[in-house]
Amino acid sequence: MTPYPAAYDLPMLASMALVAIIPLVLAGFVLMNTGLGRTRSAAHSMLGSLAAIAVAALVFCVVGFSWEGVAGGPAHTLTIAGSHWDWLARAPFCLLGLSPGATPLAVLLQVFAVGLAALIPLSAGADRWRLSASCLSTALLAGWTYPLFAHWVWGGGWLAQLGSNYGLGRGFLDAGGAGTIQVVGGLTALSVVWIIGPRRGKYAQDGIAAAIPGHNIVYVLFGALLVLPGWIALNAACAILFAAAPPAQIPLIALNTMLSAAAACVAAVLITRLRFAKPDASLSANGWVGGLVASSAVCTFVSPLMAIGVGLIAGVLVTFSVELLELRLAVDDPGGAISVHAVAGIWGLLAVGFFVPGQLLAQVVGVATLLGLVLPLTYALNWMLDRVFPQRTGLDGERLGMDLHELGAGAYPEFVIHNEEFVER
Amino acid sequence: MKLAGMLLLLAGWVIVVSALALFARPGPRDLFVLAGLGVQLLGLILAFRGGARLPREAK
Repeated sequence: MTPYPAAYDLPMLASMALVAIIPLVLAGFVLMNTGLGRTRSAAHSMLGSLAAIAVAALVFCVVGFSWEGVAGGPAHTLTIAGSHWDWLARAPFCLLGLSPGATPLAVLLQVFAVGLAALIPLSAGADRWRLSASCLSTALLAGWTYPLFAHWVWGGGWLAQLGSNYGLGRGFLDAGGAGTIQVVGGLTALSVVWIIGPRRGKYAQDGIAAAIPGHNIVYVLFGALLVLPGWIALNAACAILFAAAPPAQIPLIALNTMLSAAAACVAAVLITRLRFAKPDASLSANGWVGGLVASSAVCTFVSPLMAIGVGLIAGVLVTFSVELLELRLAVDDPGGAISVHAVAGIWGLLAVGFFVPGQLLAQVVGVATLLGLVLPLTYALNWMLDRVFPQRTGLDGERLGMDLHELGAGAYPEFVIHNEEFVER
Repeated sequence: MKLAGMLLLLAGWVIVVSALALFARPGPRDLFVLAGLGVQLLGLILAFRGGARLPREAK
């Protein structure tokens, strides 16, 4: 792990310009989440997303960053068999003592990244996850789960040290946040869905799933387009700040990101066309985002041809994974967040191992950590939260819709048929 | 069942990490890591089987 670039040199200026574009990813995700949900929960989804981003930013800056720290900063280490394992940073709380220069920029990038991770479970818990509970769950994610893994990967922690400690390639590589942001968010989404259960009416008594389509596919597709420039910026900024990539590599990173998304989208369109006779718009949009997720892991390290291959496989995985989770495993994930972010993210991380020589074992250890430590941890935290503060809305919330139940007004009031307009005078 | 799955996921990770600390030679280390992944796979299957039980209020 290398230190951040010096203030106001070319990498710093490039990073500043790139970080300013990243919020487009958040905007695109919010649109996609809302479009994939139901009409009666659209305003709730929008407000929930805003609240999650706000809570994530505050909690991360107050608590989370002190656990994550920066590479080479003060940390709690454990010596095992002569090797130092860096487990947890110990930077001051509330960003105290933050020096001007590159570190505040890295913190800003992390604020956007943790906001992005927080939006992922919202998509999976749509139509039944209480607003207050989602905010508390987001606080757990931004304050503990995310910073912990981010420290291990981006803060010079033990996963980044696998190369120097045990000769495993260059240590666990995740230049664009496929594991740190996407898989952590996707596994949190899985935990939340397991805890709050499926939407009422989604599964019949015999376990057969009913289709509950998203209410606005235009939002979904426009959101998918909107995330692209933000994602290119996210991958490039993370690569510069956390993987010491030179600014000259930005065009290749952008090209790989675009090609991976394109290949994944084409794969999803073709598969749904072949299987259902017509292309499925929401699955195709999910395939596109799945390609972007996989690109976050590989974009810095592979050639454009390899990026296409990674994207194709990501698109296939997302399409089949959505069906497997919904129909076979009774995981009601309205936005396909678990498939798009966890499955495609894990594939991207492993793909780095396949394409970069000597890197496979480090990548496998990183994925094993996500599944074996991050998933149980996030499940346990959300389970405990659910014990003291039930996360699922009540019967009325699901009948009326989350808009009326929690906000008191719907997103589309003009849809209401007013009696006075239709009663004969 | 879900709790057992989570414990197996954790146990698999401990095996994977222990392999790094215990074995310097690639052969036994890789085998141990593979065993840890196998335990994690079992844990994942158990956790998903536990998660597939629908809560009564969702039906």
